[in-house]
Amino acid sequence: MPRLSLKRLWAMARKEALHIGRDKRSLAMAFAVPAAMVLLFGYVITFDINDIPTAVLDQSRTAQSRDLVDAFRSSGYFTVTRTLGSDAEISPLLTRGAVRMVLVIPPDFAKHLAAAEPAPVQCLVDGGDANTASIAINYAQAIVASFSAKAVLKGRTLPVPAQAESRVWYNEDLKSSNMIVPGLMATIMMILSALLTSLTIAREWERGTMEQLAATPVHRLEVIFGKLLPYLGIGFVDIILVAVVGGVVFAVPFRGSVPFLMVTALLFLVGAQGLGMFISAAAKRQFLATQLAMLVTMLPSLLLSGLIFDLASMPTPLQLISLVVPARYFVVALRGIFLKGVGPHVLWAQGLGMLIFAVAGITLAVRAFRKEIA
Amino acid sequence: MLGLNWGRLMELMRKELRQTRRDPQALRVVLVAPIVQLIIFGYAVNTDIRDARVILFDRDHTNVSRELGQTLTASGHFKIVETADRAEDLVEALDHGRMVLGIEIPRGFEGDLAAGKAATVQVLVDGTMSNTATVAQAYAGQIILRFGQRHSHTAAQTAKLPGGSLPGVDLRVRAWYNPNLESRIYNVPAVMGSVMMLMALLLTSLAVVREREVGTLEQLMVSPLRPVELILGKTVPVVGIALLDLTIIASVAILWFGIPMRGSFVLLFFASLVYIVCGLGIGLLISTASATTQEAFMTMFMFFLPAMIFSGFFFPIANMPRVFQLVSLLDPLRYYLETVRGIFLKGAGVTVLWPQIATLAVMGGSILWLASTRFRKTST
Repeated sequence: MPRLSLKRLWAMARKEALHIGRDKRSLAMAFAVPAAMVLLFGYVITFDINDIPTAVLDQSRTAQSRDLVDAFRSSGYFTVTRTLGSDAEISPLLTRGAVRMVLVIPPDFAKHLAAAEPAPVQCLVDGGDANTASIAINYAQAIVASFSAKAVLKGRTLPVPAQAESRVWYNEDLKSSNMIVPGLMATIMMILSALLTSLTIAREWERGTMEQLAATPVHRLEVIFGKLLPYLGIGFVDIILVAVVGGVVFAVPFRGSVPFLMVTALLFLVGAQGLGMFISAAAKRQFLATQLAMLVTMLPSLLLSGLIFDLASMPTPLQLISLVVPARYFVVALRGIFLKGVGPHVLWAQGLGMLIFAVAGITLAVRAFRKEIA
Repeated sequence: MLGLNWGRLMELMRKELRQTRRDPQALRVVLVAPIVQLIIFGYAVNTDIRDARVILFDRDHTNVSRELGQTLTASGHFKIVETADRAEDLVEALDHGRMVLGIEIPRGFEGDLAAGKAATVQVLVDGTMSNTATVAQAYAGQIILRFGQRHSHTAAQTAKLPGGSLPGVDLRVRAWYNPNLESRIYNVPAVMGSVMMLMALLLTSLAVVREREVGTLEQLMVSPLRPVELILGKTVPVVGIALLDLTIIASVAILWFGIPMRGSFVLLFFASLVYIVCGLGIGLLISTASATTQEAFMTMFMFFLPAMIFSGFFFPIANMPRVFQLVSLLDPLRYYLETVRGIFLKGAGVTVLWPQIATLAVMGGSILWLASTRFRKTST
């Protein structure tokens, strides 16, 4: 194996940096995209559900039924947008999605309540969006439970027999930006890194500069690492930018250690960019390379990384597939570092996963890269 | 119409088709990728709280406390995967992210319930996944509350009713369209929409940039082709490919995932056609606006990710801040998701969905027009 020369490696890195620098628009986007995305998503993504549009069909028309409707109205979770006159109006409203929930209070509602009997109330929910629906049902049940207690006891108090006292850790207010911002860093950096690097070698092939490169004494390891260096720089700047935006704009806590974050980021970036280079060297054409990079990173790092969908609740084959989605390790590591403040003793497995991935990415890239012109 | 020359248009289409055929690798990507993506992501997009992992710390060790554990499991929402002997075990399990909830039943739980005193069960929630956490916490709270009501003496005395039903309002919930509240039924049609958009963008975003980079754009320029003809010639052949994609993934959704198809196939195809043209138009617009392949892909990425977020795929649009709700009005994916979800789940017809489809049509038309004017400008 020929001796590697730092000087040649450095020259390669400079050449690549110059190349990147010439394409001002792409460079600007490489810096702006991650911060802009985090800003956007941090604001847009929220799981808090308020003002669920609700219709009421009150067949009882008594003080009690009006009280129940008022209890829904004043909870803040439901907005009564329509009052219905008959059953027939329900179906079209739900089909159009004009309301999410319909409350049907039957004629004998007040009578049952007065007799201290169970008084059925129908609650029709648009189950399409299962998530929103189950949260809405939970709210409705809580409202009804406290309404019942008041109606039945009429001023007397009944001790609540058993109750759950919930304490939420790591993200005390269950803020969705705390969940999204650290995780999104992994997803975006994965996509961006692979996209940027997937062009580097294919471009040399397409433009014919590969022959020039082949004529130089540069070793393929030097080419890969030389090309990697400038992108690593961009990656680190991006990560710092995202962390600052998350901290300043969304007040995402940072409870872990900065050096540990940097080490994991380095492993992750090398892996992601190695993958991009591998695709580039294997595809040899920019069109195919970017297409592959897009398909391999875009939806997997969004959906199979645990960013939004819990990996543990996926079927086993899918969990196995997710093992080769590098973003999943970084998502867990970032949340651990930012929100839980844990270090290597907890996150060693994720670190190991990213290390394996980094070594594999570089090895594959080096092996796929041939200087020989066939 | 528009002063098109059909002969020229047909020639360009033939050229495009031939070019596509010559690149079987790329063609394979376009045909196989959607199926693989739909199958994998169809399983991934699951937000149900089923068998959420729980670590139980039972300090009471009585029949009642064990019964509470069983009740949690029997609900189907939780699965007790570990039991703790010390409080530190809970901390450790949550730190490692192995558990969604840690539940601690206090000493004297059975006694308190029997004596009619309030008993408190500690529920520790890992809040890092705030969506899962919110729902899991609510379920656990409800289960524990009901468990207590069933067991406490006071409740039994007040109840004096057969069947153990309590007086007061009895809320009978029925979920329409999706009675078991499975998130997959709602999300798989959304994955369809995203996959179709990604395919449409991949098919056209390089169409013009590539000619520019390879140098053949000049040749097209000196030919008598008009911009409108060029844009149409580049779009129409790939519409066929995209429709084929659609047929395949719709079949996968219905046959493999068992997503109920309650509406009309004709409407689904028509709406999808409009949507695909819209997506292809966006790809072309990106292509005409970009100087290099790299730029085209970056722009595509900049478009696609927000398009997914604003579409209401993962996050209901109604929950977004007002400003972003307005932004989402510009997102074609939003209208398409409303349409496919409506057709699949609710069996909604044209009378309900025409605003969405009409908006997509207007968008598609104006985007294609914009692409052809952009093209005219860049070519001079």
